Amino acid sequence: MRAVLRRAGSGLIVLWAAATAAYLALLAAPGDTVDSIIGDGADTPLIRSQIIQEWGLDRPAVVQYLDYLWRAAHGDLGRSYLLQRPVRDVIGEQLTPTLELAVAAAALGVLIALVLAVTTRRAWARRTSSTTELVLVSTPPFLIGIVLLSVFSFRFGWFPVSGDRGVAALILPAVTLALPIAGVLTQVLRDGLDRALSEPFAVTARSRGLAENAVLIRHALRHALLPAVTLTGWLFGVLLGGAVIVEQVFGRPGLGQVTLAAVNSKDMPVVLAVVVLSAFVYVLINTLADVVYLAIDPRLRRS
Amino acid sequence: MTLALERPVVLRPRRPGVAAASVFLAVALLAALWPGLLAADPLAADPFHVLEAPSAAHWFGTDQLGRDVFDRVVHGARHSLAIGLAAVGIAVFAGVLLGLLAGLSHRFADEALSRSFDALSAFPLLLLALLFIAITGPGSVSLVVAIGLATLPTYARVIRTQTFVVRRAGYVTEAVAFGASRARLVLRHVLPNVLGPLPILAMIGLGEAILAAAGLSFLGMGPQPPSPEWGAMISEGRGYLRIAWWASVLPGMAVTLTVISLTVAGRYLQRRFEGRA
Repeated sequence: MRAVLRRAGSGLIVLWAAATAAYLALLAAPGDTVDSIIGDGADTPLIRSQIIQEWGLDRPAVVQYLDYLWRAAHGDLGRSYLLQRPVRDVIGEQLTPTLELAVAAAALGVLIALVLAVTTRRAWARRTSSTTELVLVSTPPFLIGIVLLSVFSFRFGWFPVSGDRGVAALILPAVTLALPIAGVLTQVLRDGLDRALSEPFAVTARSRGLAENAVLIRHALRHALLPAVTLTGWLFGVLLGGAVIVEQVFGRPGLGQVTLAAVNSKDMPVVLAVVVLSAFVYVLINTLADVVYLAIDPRLRRS
Repeated sequence: MTLALERPVVLRPRRPGVAAASVFLAVALLAALWPGLLAADPLAADPFHVLEAPSAAHWFGTDQLGRDVFDRVVHGARHSLAIGLAAVGIAVFAGVLLGLLAGLSHRFADEALSRSFDALSAFPLLLLALLFIAITGPGSVSLVVAIGLATLPTYARVIRTQTFVVRRAGYVTEAVAFGASRARLVLRHVLPNVLGPLPILAMIGLGEAILAAAGLSFLGMGPQPPSPEWGAMISEGRGYLRIAWWASVLPGMAVTLTVISLTVAGRYLQRRFEGRA
């Protein structure tokens, strides 16, 4: 229990540091906030002073920072300069397509990795598989997307070229995002299986006359899955970063498109919110993964 | 504990993969240092030969402006390698500095530094880079600093752990007993001995940096057209995918092969020097 509390505490500190770093970056940004808010709109001294009033830009920087922290802690992510709407609504509307993509890709990636790691135990299959993994991990995800797009959408016409209508439009983007994930996970799982199979319990299981496949699936796989749990946080980062690129390749609406549009138009509250939110989820996932790790592996609790 | 690099290193790649990777890296390096040797002008447009398929005259075909894709890929090596190397350089330099500082300082400062590494790595690489670029605007320099910043914690953590080990080593405590100054202690005794794992880490990190840079410039955050940068070329060629796959897929292959080669070579060196550095 103390270990859990300590993890939660250091998670909070990391979060605070991340939010502060992002805010400092924003302060260091060249250019005037009022200019960003006005954008291409009418620019008169009266409008300027109204904006300063309305956004509270005349307050001391420390007060603005504390206000930002206070509101972020309450789930208020500020207002978009460009759209003049709460960032929470802007992000909320686009969350569903990105979540669909991420969940589908994660499930597919884990599935591919499990099947590959368990089935490619023979030397030649293993070599083929690890070469493929290396290629998948080293290929930029957008290239995978482009190749899939040109083969399956343009040549064969099996899938729609862009959009997010229906399951058919989800398949290629999800595969694009899943393949690099599967590449990394297969490597980790295979190493885990190798280690587990050389442990005494595997020998014991074999000496009881258990078939090699049963040893693999019933005994070794559980152990191999343990290190994979620590990769959950990494997986989230890859999914989110990858979603930005995959949505761009396939013209899918979603969080990635919102982020890119905000970066291009310097709509800082939106960029800041996406970045801080992703750090929040990352820390949350990592803290949970550590707790889960303690729960499923009693050896860690003793030391 | 001697530095692994002090021994004469004779590389005898017994595996064809490692040999191929070394050859490809040598070619990529040559292309980056002296592109004129391998290819003609990457910006020469030819309106009469637009989007032509690969042939003897144009090995990789031509793009939408009739520019030779092979020439552009060769010249692109300079952009991609330079961005990757500079990003890794920043990350390694800052990582060594901060890691050393954390490893040498007392509990509180070490804790503060370590938590800041954690905070920095809580952001997904691509999003941190995008935040940075939203502030500074797109371009090669933004890419370099953004990727360098985002990958810094990896190196800092390794150096911190190494420093912890080294500062308890016999030769360091003896140097303290001999009254060595703090600066001499750090520069002469600690620093050279914590650097061991860095070259190989940096090599694998270079692959990641090139991949990240290509992704960001694919999104339009890197060098602007008409610069022949690999990610930007893929992005430009994307619009003509239906009729001219070579304009985007072949520059993509260049990225992939470079990253694979770096990974293969890096892992090979890692296995060779495992436990020695």
